Amino acid sequence: MSSRKSKSSNLIQADYVSQVQRILRERFCHQSPHGNLFGVQVQYKHLIELLKRTAIHGESNSVLIIGPRGSGKTMLINHALKELMEVEGVSENILQVHLNGLLQINDKIALKEITRQLNLENVVGDKVFGSFAENLSFLLEALKKGDRTSSCPVIFILDEFDLFAHHKNQTLLYNLLDISQSAQTPVVIIGLTCRLDILELLEKRVKSRFSHRQIHLMNSFSFPQYLKIFKEQLSLPSIFPEKIFAEKWNENVQSLSEDRSVKEVLQKHFNVSKNLRSLHMLLILLLHFWFCLGNMLALNRVTPSHPFITAADLMEANQLCSMDSKGNIVHGLSVLEICLIIAMKHLNDIYEEEPFNFQMVYNEFQKFVQRKAHSVYNFEKPVVMKAFEHLQQLELIRPMERTSVNAQREYQLMKLLLDNTQIMNALQKYPNCPTDVRQWATSSLSWL
Amino acid sequence: MAYCSARLRTRQTCSWVGRPLLDQKLHYQTYKEISVKREGYSTEIHIQVGQFVLIEGDDDENPYIAKVVELFEDASELYSKKRARVQWFIRFCEVPICKQHLLDRKPDTQEIFWYDNPTCDNNISVETIIGCVRVVALAPDEVMPIDLKNEKTFFVKLSWNKKKFKPLPPEVLAQLDKLQEDNHRYQKSMEAKTKSAESPSWTTTEHAVKRIESRHSTSKSRHTASHPVTPRARKRLELSNLGFPRTPNTRISQATSCASLDSPGRMKRKVAFSEIMSPSKRSLPDGSQTSSPALKTPEKTRDIQHSCTKDARKTSPDHGMILRTRVPALKATETSEERILTPTSRGRKSSVVPSVILKPEYIKRREGKEPEVRDEAPSTSRIRRKSSILTLNRIRQQLRFLGNSKSDQDDEEFLPAAEISDSDSEEEEASTTPLPRRTPNSMSRNLRSSMKSSLQTPSKTPKKTPQPRTPRDATPQIRSRNLPAQEPTNMLEEARLRLHVSAVPESLPCREQEFQDIYNFVESKLLDHTGGCMYISGVPGTGKTATVHEVICCLQQAAQANEVPPFQYIEVNGMKLTEPHQVYVQILQKLTGKRATANHAAELLAKRFRTQASSQETTVVLVDELDLLWTQKQDVMYNLFDWPTHKGARLVVLTIANTMDLPERIMMNRVSSRLGLTRMCFQPYTHSQLQQILLSRLRHVKAFEDDAVQLAARKVAALSGDARRCLDICRRATEICEFSCQKPGCPGLVTTAHLLEAIDEMFSSSYITAIKNSSILEQSFLRAILAEFRRSGLEEATFQQVYIQHVALCRMEGLPYPTMSETMAVCSRLGACRLLLVEPSRNDVLLRVRLNISQDDVLYALKEE
Repeated sequence: MSSRKSKSSNLIQADYVSQVQRILRERFCHQSPHGNLFGVQVQYKHLIELLKRTAIHGESNSVLIIGPRGSGKTMLINHALKELMEVEGVSENILQVHLNGLLQINDKIALKEITRQLNLENVVGDKVFGSFAENLSFLLEALKKGDRTSSCPVIFILDEFDLFAHHKNQTLLYNLLDISQSAQTPVVIIGLTCRLDILELLEKRVKSRFSHRQIHLMNSFSFPQYLKIFKEQLSLPSIFPEKIFAEKWNENVQSLSEDRSVKEVLQKHFNVSKNLRSLHMLLILLLHFWFCLGNMLALNRVTPSHPFITAADLMEANQLCSMDSKGNIVHGLSVLEICLIIAMKHLNDIYEEEPFNFQMVYNEFQKFVQRKAHSVYNFEKPVVMKAFEHLQQLELIRPMERTSVNAQREYQLMKLLLDNTQIMNALQKYPNCPTDVRQWATSSLSWL
Repeated sequence: MAYCSARLRTRQTCSWVGRPLLDQKLHYQTYKEISVKREGYSTEIHIQVGQFVLIEGDDDENPYIAKVVELFEDASELYSKKRARVQWFIRFCEVPICKQHLLDRKPDTQEIFWYDNPTCDNNISVETIIGCVRVVALAPDEVMPIDLKNEKTFFVKLSWNKKKFKPLPPEVLAQLDKLQEDNHRYQKSMEAKTKSAESPSWTTTEHAVKRIESRHSTSKSRHTASHPVTPRARKRLELSNLGFPRTPNTRISQATSCASLDSPGRMKRKVAFSEIMSPSKRSLPDGSQTSSPALKTPEKTRDIQHSCTKDARKTSPDHGMILRTRVPALKATETSEERILTPTSRGRKSSVVPSVILKPEYIKRREGKEPEVRDEAPSTSRIRRKSSILTLNRIRQQLRFLGNSKSDQDDEEFLPAAEISDSDSEEEEASTTPLPRRTPNSMSRNLRSSMKSSLQTPSKTPKKTPQPRTPRDATPQIRSRNLPAQEPTNMLEEARLRLHVSAVPESLPCREQEFQDIYNFVESKLLDHTGGCMYISGVPGTGKTATVHEVICCLQQAAQANEVPPFQYIEVNGMKLTEPHQVYVQILQKLTGKRATANHAAELLAKRFRTQASSQETTVVLVDELDLLWTQKQDVMYNLFDWPTHKGARLVVLTIANTMDLPERIMMNRVSSRLGLTRMCFQPYTHSQLQQILLSRLRHVKAFEDDAVQLAARKVAALSGDARRCLDICRRATEICEFSCQKPGCPGLVTTAHLLEAIDEMFSSSYITAIKNSSILEQSFLRAILAEFRRSGLEEATFQQVYIQHVALCRMEGLPYPTMSETMAVCSRLGACRLLLVEPSRNDVLLRVRLNISQDDVLYALKEE
């Protein structure tokens, strides 16, 4: 081992680096229930108690887990289910049904899916038989047969719960909630949704049957906690095979979290959004910059020059994160197209956000060209038209109403989808921007 | 089945065969045989009195089965003058689904039941007869003979009197047996004409004895009964005995064998008519048939008896048996008269009317002090109307009640007879006899479900091969748990269990008035044998459905105690249907167990409810969530409310919905008019009612402080008056209490603090906390929206406008410049939470933004920090 290490310690280190990369990427991309929960202990306790009561006592319940996107709703329920399954004698005593409002777009499909997942008698292989009406009465019959003490409890998890509320008559929700409120097979219905007004979506009968139990996930952590999460997410687990490397790595992460510039970047990110998913996004980008751009090239040269994450990586990642996408598109436009956009901007200034058509833009552009008497910009009208259409394809401009076949395209009213500041910022960065164009952009009255 | 499809649309022509036997008393002519000829078919069907026939019914697959008791021509009937009086048999599938479980075994597919219901109209038109069928009576523990399992053979083991299955009364059994033999012979003799009229008499006697024995030990094989010689011989003897005209025609001779059955009925009628006749005289015709040897028989009877002792023994073998068993108990002349009578009634079991006559006679003799019965008894002989029979039954019941109190001994002696005769009237049976084998009322769930499945997929029929049909006939069930559910261990858990909405309370407090009203409504309809509709409205969670359930439960108990007529209860829920027309399918399935498409089910139901079918018991239908049954044409609602208005429908429809003015709002005039004005509104619970509900559930559990209960009640009453909410709050409060008190070990009482927390959790709007917990950029975006609204004076702004404000705000607060993409992400996040209402994001910067909460709330939430 030692001889090998001496021979090519660099190679081994490269091996560690790729291992670290794999572990971290797995952590950020997969919502594994093995990770830690942050700041939702109370909610978790509530949920797990509820699930246990259903599993052990056979009590029916219904609960909604509400929180903005990326706040860890699915993570919470996955954790709770994992813990529940670890309780002795529960795992074989419980049935789970997972539904998603995006997949089960109507009650018919949802019923089939429920029947399939419950493995009822009308399931042969993986197919469910019977018409919609038959399936419904069949399922209701099945669930009605049971009672609190003798039947196996069923956990229904409805992801994107709000979409189920848009089903016709809310039949599925009514029936599920009705079962939870009557002495039938014990069920617990867990709805996951990001909509705060979910209760208003429920029909009054459905609403009355819902127990009004809500678990809110609010991302209610402060920046120091956020920093701690950042640190924990990047730290290597203690089971990492190479202890020395792991220690070094963790030390690096610790020092990174105390770095001022890193804190700044994180603070900025925290200001934009508090949810952990966006933090994960940032970290994935960070990994990308560190591993792919820093080390992949280095690996070819055998010496991993970049074994640890630096603050610069993070800054780069953040820049990518907070980039203005439309500004980037403007960077890739031709000078003619830039000129057209500037013309549109002036039109907007003059006519106070009123829509414009191609002819107006062309006239404005012609004014500029004549003023400067530049032959460079003197394009044929069809060429300008082509550039204009290209802008429309890029959705930088947008027609006011739908294009009709016989309408003349020159006179179709358009609106600019760029903000003034965006245009100015883009122009600042635009490579090789002619000065007169830049001047024209700052003021339409520059010829005065 | 094949033979029913053949008769479907063919016209039948019927003609009497043989001379009419004029009945002077009844003014109509009876016949022995009728021939039915179908158009397009060369074959004629001859139907004789005593034969078993199939009768056209609602269901083409399963025609009704009955035995012809009498064939007569009735001029009073308008369309079909040719009438028949029948004794019904019913199939298992005709037994109401809710009662099917009373038969605690799997019925054979060809098993039918002796229908023991005097109120059932047994006067039918001959044209409805489809064809002959064979019916074999079996002793209760006999197995179905496999060799006889062909389509046209049915087996009778039990009788059904709308309440329970009972073994066939022995004399019915015997009679059926005999008939079946006749039938059998009839079939055989179609080829082999009768030759040997005089068979050695010892054979018949011996055979009769054998039969008696076999009656006793029912395990004996049945093939002796179908011995080809004996019945013929017996027939001859009977003929000589009764003096019927003999014709060389085989058919007639067959008919006469059955006539022995019929004749006593007419004799009895005679007896009933001449009421003043002495008992001895009356016993003469009876004795001629039954030959009850132990009694002090009058001279004339004895002559006849003497001449035909053997015949008699063989004609009614089990009469002899019963008599034998009874003789020791013989005491007084009074009872002896009864004995004479009872066999007679047995002999004529199949005709209903005379037995009705018989009863009052018997009672009169026992009571001797009820003059009005005496007056009535002769007149009833002519009455065929069901209603009068019913009233008669009632009087009879009353009389019996008096009689019962009179002498217990008499009663006890009479028991067997009563049991025999109760195959005619259910009231008698219920009030007198404890059954020898009472079917258990409650059965395990599994058994019931397995029975249901067996009904749908016959597993033993040789012809209908039970294919492995998958989905629809399977019994759905969630698998049962391996580990038993834990019972509550402490006070709070107990309270939680009781507070669960599903926990059924012993009684529903605070809905006494509504309960009474609904109960009275349904009960009156049941007693009057009419139908009607009722509309019940009320906001969710006010106990509408629960109250109706309780009413039905009470009525079912009352029906078991015979206080109200039995009825069938069906529940459908508009929300549990995939589309309104499915309601027909559900009702039909619960009513008859049949499956049909919506259209077909509607037809069948309409047929059932629109045609006079007095054999049915009243049906009570609960339609929950009525508003979901709305269709463009409103045909579903129309039908539901229209059926009860038909004369013989006997349908009570209870409808439940939320809105009080539903009939006015969504129903057409013709629909709401049929719904009628019987309305009831469940008011939301007041706080004192809610408190009472909570206290009644927590009666023996001390888990709540009194103040806490009151708080919950008042809070919910102020919000909605929804009892479910109230219970849920309290349940949550127990959890919070348990959670917070975990350290000391023993959880204390639920206090108002816990309850307030629970209320807060359930009802507080989460918008403000959501805003408070949102990121800084999200908050400043909301501020920008407010600023833009203030600037423009509108409640709506485009994203671009807000963005400009947002950029300005960020600059003011020293935040880094927010890019358009970031701000757009913020906006869509807020939109996903529905803090903002935003257009689809394809509008990009032009999308319009509105607040989903009031500006004040936003300001309040933002100011807090």
